[in-house]
Amino acid sequence: MTRMRRWLPGLLLVAPSIAAIAVFVYGMLGWNFRLAMTDQHDEVSEGKFVGLENFTGIWDQPRWSISVNHAIVFTVVFVGGALLLGWLLAFLMEKGLRGEGTFRAIYLFPMAISFVATGVVWRWLMNSGTGERAVGLNRLFDVVGLEFLQWRWFRDQDWGMAAMAIPAIWQMSGYVMALFLAGFRGVPEELREAARVDGCTEWKVYRHIVLPMLRPVTLSALIILGHISLKAFDLIVAVSGKQIITDVPAVFMWVAVFDSHDPAKGATIAAYIVIAVSVFVIPYLVWSLRKERRS
Amino acid sequence: MRRRWMAAVAVTVAGMLTLTACGGGEEGGAGQSPQAGAAKQVEVFSWWTGPGEADGLKAMREIFEKRNTGLTFFDAAVAGGSGDKARALLTSKLQADDPPDTFQGHAGAELQGYIKAGDLEPVNFLYDELKLREVFPQQLIDQISVGGQIYSVPVNIHRSNVMWFSPGVLKEAGVTEVPATIEEFVAALEKVKQAGKIPLSIGSEWTVVHLLESVLLGSLGTEAYNQLWTAGSDWSGPAMTKALNDFKTILSYAGDPQDDWQPAAKQVADGEAAFTIMGDWAYGYFHNPPDGGLGKTSKTDFDWAPAPGTGGTFMWLSDSFTLPKGAPNRDGAIAWLKVAASKEGQDAFNPKKGSIPARKDADTSLYTDYLADALKDWGSNKLAGSIQHGVTVNDAWRTAINEAVGLFQQSQDVAEFQKALADAAKNSGQ
Repeated sequence: MTRMRRWLPGLLLVAPSIAAIAVFVYGMLGWNFRLAMTDQHDEVSEGKFVGLENFTGIWDQPRWSISVNHAIVFTVVFVGGALLLGWLLAFLMEKGLRGEGTFRAIYLFPMAISFVATGVVWRWLMNSGTGERAVGLNRLFDVVGLEFLQWRWFRDQDWGMAAMAIPAIWQMSGYVMALFLAGFRGVPEELREAARVDGCTEWKVYRHIVLPMLRPVTLSALIILGHISLKAFDLIVAVSGKQIITDVPAVFMWVAVFDSHDPAKGATIAAYIVIAVSVFVIPYLVWSLRKERRS
Repeated sequence: MRRRWMAAVAVTVAGMLTLTACGGGEEGGAGQSPQAGAAKQVEVFSWWTGPGEADGLKAMREIFEKRNTGLTFFDAAVAGGSGDKARALLTSKLQADDPPDTFQGHAGAELQGYIKAGDLEPVNFLYDELKLREVFPQQLIDQISVGGQIYSVPVNIHRSNVMWFSPGVLKEAGVTEVPATIEEFVAALEKVKQAGKIPLSIGSEWTVVHLLESVLLGSLGTEAYNQLWTAGSDWSGPAMTKALNDFKTILSYAGDPQDDWQPAAKQVADGEAAFTIMGDWAYGYFHNPPDGGLGKTSKTDFDWAPAPGTGGTFMWLSDSFTLPKGAPNRDGAIAWLKVAASKEGQDAFNPKKGSIPARKDADTSLYTDYLADALKDWGSNKLAGSIQHGVTVNDAWRTAINEAVGLFQQSQDVAEFQKALADAAKNSGQ
């Protein structure tokens, strides 16, 4: 009785969330994978089990390889850009900028906006009109005499997805800055001073003391940004809608389910997105579990 | 100890309540679904929320409430042009067996998904009772029948194959005659290009599919175009190759893609571009006073003609209302369909929406300027159904065509494009 008293209240507390997660996360995930392995290519028929046929077949579709390429370009530019910019901002703050609190708030503000709102604003900013018809950023370039910088933004066939990453960088770099700032502050002043006493230049202090200590923060930031990027949907739909020129797996999934009425294909794409995200998340979980055990 | 227990129970109960609330929320749909027990209410699901269309719906609603004093109209409209979001919500409602009393859908093949899933009841009895077969054009009845059954009541007709142009730009470029064939059109595009204006303005990818349907109709001819949607159609033949090459040539004169059809139409209205091919809803945008439109004068700021090569053919699309199986208030839905089919209802709705009635006996004095032209052609022209607006192809097929066009815009490879279109036709039960 006393033993039960000890664990039962705790279990009761977490039971609702365990049940909810079991049903709505893992149950649904399982259901999705099961659906992806059937040939239920319309809403009314009963699907038969076909194994991994959908998973291999989708690579024959030209649209799929385009959307995977787009997702890769978007992820590289977005994650790289947000990490670099966030690091740079944090570095400047750390150097003891006057009015740091104000700047911090300014850089963090974009986080408070939804991707949809960001997308609507940037759709206008990244208008592809040039010359006399330029509006948005192209117009700005025109006014300040940087006409050569005008380009078609997300409508550019080769680098359009890099342009699409700009609003995402704008929105998330403040958050990365906050992460890095906390990381910088976590480096004990004594360590730096010891290095300086040993004759390190300021550059070397950063190279050998601060940067290695920022590794865990960088990893967390990479994982947070990476999974946002692979699931990107709202921003892209708000900027350009469901067009091939900016197609990514999540948008393709929506089109497969709601326009093509092909549940199995939609589930296959969803499964690939989950797999891609877990490539990011699982190593992180393993790493943090190990770290916890060590400490 | 007791307090800890109490806290645990309280949190657990709260958690359970949240869970059940999640489950219950589904049924609420848009969060304002009709009160349970109000059987006298008729829930009408549409995507008419924009200027003009919402006014038209209101006018029909007034007639409905005057005729049926015992019934109240519940407007379940979901915003969003061409009903993308509305249809996604509708799909989830139908799958949950919670249909609205009646819903809007493009007449024709777009309804096939619902028909196959057994969501719709045929309305032939209504056509017989109201003698609708006599007032709708025979070709329209033929094109919306599925195996002898009709599943919807068309309220309005829009025309897809309209070429809008800027008379000022044409004059400047030395184009004296409005192009009537594809060859003349390409020649005119070239002249405009030489004059330094945008020859043809386009919007996002769906507007290019819209362009494709007009080019196919113009290049193949009405008979061959209508054949494409019947069994044993020829998507791989030389005529189709030629049509797609025409499409490629025409597309090469297009300006930078705009966000949607409105900015593309605005380029024509502002005298930046010469031509745009868009449905006749563009008329309201050109003509209506600012806020709802551009406030331009017809025939001087902008003008129109059938898309090149399609003179004498009316490529139509239509909004219609349906009778879902298991509608909570079937009688109410039928009462609504009767208003939607009536001359009075259609003549109240259409002048406001900027479309023409599907009925042949409309009051012609209500329709002026462009609409008078359209009404005249509707009565006399041959008919063809639109692709992008759901008349000739079902959702899956249309999506495949959209995909093929999007890929073609990048690759410019006609052979691959033709193959993709042929595959799309084959996969969609041809």
